[in-house]
Amino acid sequence: MTTDNEFCTFRLDHLTFGIEVHQVQEVIRPQALTAVPRSNPVVQGLINLRGQIVTAIDLRRRLELPERPEGQEAMNVVVRTPEGEVSFLVDEIGDVVHVDEHSFETPPDTVEGVARELITGAYKLDDRLLLILDVQRTVQLPTAA
Amino acid sequence: MSEIDEIVGEFLVESYENLDRYDEDLLALERAPSDGEVLGSIFRTIHTIKGTCGFFGFERLESVSHVAENLLGKLRDGELVVTNEIASALLATGDALRGMLGDIEATGQEGEADHAELVATLERLHAGESAVVAPPAAAPLADVTPVGTGTTADPVGDTEPPKRLGDLLVEQGVASADDVALALHAQELGDSRPLGEILMEQAKVPVGEVDQTLASQASARGLADSSIRVDVGLLDELMNLVGELVLARNQIVQLVTEDQDSSFASASQRLNLITTELQEGVMKTRMQPIGNVWNKLPRVVRDLSLSVGKQVDLVMEGQDTELDKTIIEAIKDPLTHLVRNAVDHGIETSEQRVAAGKSATGHLVLRAYHEGGQVNIEIADDGAGIDATKLKAKALEKGLISAQQAGAMSEREALQLIFGAGFSTAAKVTNVSGRGVGMDVVRTNIERIGGTVDVNTELGQGTTFKVKIPLTLAIIPALVVSSQGDRYAIPQLNLLELVRLEGEQARTGIELLHGAPVYRLRGRLLPIVRLDDELGHTRRDDARDVINIVVLQADGHQFGLVVDDITDTQEIVVKPLGGHLKDATLFAGATIMGDGRIALILDVLGIAQRARVVSEARERSASLTDRDEAVAANDARRTLLLVGVADRRAAVALSEVSRLETFDPATVEWASGKEVVQYRDEILPLVRLGDAIGVYGGGNGEGPLEVVVHEVAGRAVGIVVDAILDIVEQELHLDQGDGRPGLLGSAVIQERVTDVLDVAAIVATVDPARFASDTFLGA
Repeated sequence: MTTDNEFCTFRLDHLTFGIEVHQVQEVIRPQALTAVPRSNPVVQGLINLRGQIVTAIDLRRRLELPERPEGQEAMNVVVRTPEGEVSFLVDEIGDVVHVDEHSFETPPDTVEGVARELITGAYKLDDRLLLILDVQRTVQLPTAA
Repeated sequence: MSEIDEIVGEFLVESYENLDRYDEDLLALERAPSDGEVLGSIFRTIHTIKGTCGFFGFERLESVSHVAENLLGKLRDGELVVTNEIASALLATGDALRGMLGDIEATGQEGEADHAELVATLERLHAGESAVVAPPAAAPLADVTPVGTGTTADPVGDTEPPKRLGDLLVEQGVASADDVALALHAQELGDSRPLGEILMEQAKVPVGEVDQTLASQASARGLADSSIRVDVGLLDELMNLVGELVLARNQIVQLVTEDQDSSFASASQRLNLITTELQEGVMKTRMQPIGNVWNKLPRVVRDLSLSVGKQVDLVMEGQDTELDKTIIEAIKDPLTHLVRNAVDHGIETSEQRVAAGKSATGHLVLRAYHEGGQVNIEIADDGAGIDATKLKAKALEKGLISAQQAGAMSEREALQLIFGAGFSTAAKVTNVSGRGVGMDVVRTNIERIGGTVDVNTELGQGTTFKVKIPLTLAIIPALVVSSQGDRYAIPQLNLLELVRLEGEQARTGIELLHGAPVYRLRGRLLPIVRLDDELGHTRRDDARDVINIVVLQADGHQFGLVVDDITDTQEIVVKPLGGHLKDATLFAGATIMGDGRIALILDVLGIAQRARVVSEARERSASLTDRDEAVAANDARRTLLLVGVADRRAAVALSEVSRLETFDPATVEWASGKEVVQYRDEILPLVRLGDAIGVYGGGNGEGPLEVVVHEVAGRAVGIVVDAILDIVEQELHLDQGDGRPGLLGSAVIQERVTDVLDVAAIVATVDPARFASDTFLGA
């Protein structure tokens, strides 16, 4: 599937996700968000990244997971995309993990909905599954939300 | 890039520039055929291209320029004089060369375009077989062969080296040749001081004179020495960095106002000044005179006016007015379009002009000037002007507006119709000029860069289009407002004025008109839009002491935006929004404020559209018409639609007309013995006007059916007429006539006896039960 097997990991709800390290520009602390009224609800707002305006996407909403509990601040995983940087809002940042290529498996057919579209597969770690996110598809929001 | 590619690249850039000047020169030559200097410049351009082509082995390019050069040689030698035909052929040569250069740029090859015809034309003209042969006495040789371009052996393309100070001083009689020679000699002997200083010390020349001469020497050095080419990408990057710097400056200045440490304050003060200067400087490097766009226009005007057989004199004022490069690019097409329109539709033919008591030659004036941080561009013609009444009639006919709207429209509003989409494909049913063609695109393009376009016209006197655009796209002045604690920036360009309602005014100032809030601004009703509503915020307590209304303009419409607070105006750096926010049409971008937080920039047009200011305004004017109708019923002056039926003319009150439609006869079906068509998902019964009022003959056999749609209580009926003729506004003196069914009587309209229709009675013939005659609203 992929030759790069170093992943930046983070938690969303009870799940662990990973993004190829080379796609991640940086990980930053919770930032002040400026809401964009009348935009796609997945867009949580805009953050000021050293003078650059970056769209922040709430990954919980994007992946149709339950809403983040009130009062819990979100960390930013800033990823590079062809259309510029985008920040993913996640619950908690994990380590960068090195995985064994042979532990990779594509999602079973029973996985449905948006997850099937955005998750390319999982690495079977000792204690949990590391779900790999397709950054390209994740930043492409369905139009007319 | 190999070395040879680089050289070819330089050759291309230089040739493009030369060819632009070549066009200008040719047009100038056409006006003043004996201007030898211009002729020399034209000759040099072609000669240089030809020479370099030969060097690179571009044979086709070389051969075309060679033929043109021969022709130019004859012109220069006075054997031929410039005629329209020759100028056209030479202009075409320029185009052909440009085409080949374009091919070289794209593919490295000259391309396959066939220029045999052009070459033949040039050769024919060269042989003197032009329609006009040079009259021997018309062009005295002395005039045509000026100093400097003299002999054919003249080294071409050489510019003189700048004159030396000593020579200049001698030339101006300030110093004697001997003194200068002596001073030069002193230099040769090892005196390292500049020549001027030596002369001054020896008191051979007055001090001021040397300085002055030095200055003139510097300016004589010319553009070539004092300017360098810079990559646009690099400039863009610099501009971005300056934008960042401005933001950082804003932040620091804000911090300092909170913290009054004096040494920090003075440092930030300095930073503030330097940043402002740097910003201006970088912006200036990106500025280009508008003349860079305009220099194409004389050619456009010349070619177009020749092809439509008009005489147009183009005057350009303010060529030096500068604009950011990105804006220059963006306005190129809209401006060309406006100019083409002015020549094509605005200015009349010479005969028409003379008949109207004007000069045979039309005048087109382009004017550019800075005003209030923006650039104004005017395109003014002294042509026939735009007839608002005809515009209305056409819009009505095309179903863009209803009859009621047409009646309620002011002349100003009617003029805005030319910018409407759909007005562009106008068929020539009435004799309204095709001014609308593509004007919607013109407006869209100008508004895309934050500009506005407006039109003023006076029948018979001419039309002026006024385009206002920001100086630059990157850093703009904006008004900062807030709604529910969030700040938003409104580009100053859209801003007309601020209105503040306090106390009693705040409670009663905004009135409801059929549910829509309006404010009486100097007697006119201004539609009111609440920013928090548009942003989807829940509305706060309405009982407020102060209401802030920001009066904005978009798409030719004004509206008032109610905001919670108005903070201040400041320069903001516009940053685009990511692709994920494409559907957020309320915003034109974002900026970073002094405190580091982001503020969204409101897209005034987007808000107007979302709030339906445009359509609401129309509905409102329509509902006003209903009320006015009662008043107007007593008023004898009516707006009438004139239609033709057989050989007669009939008039119907425009207020009775909902729409004008054209149907294909093939779509006519029959229902309960009556003709009907399917129309807007309903069945529209048709009634033939001829049948209804007992006028027969004429009529159309196979042509499309012209139908006047009349609507009563939500039901529509179509009256089939033979032709839609005109819309007139006039007093109606009804002659009751012979009481024929379907007629109120007759009147003299446009000097012809015209039947005035009783629409209610006519539609009653379709379905008497449905269209009871109490809906009668006749004249």
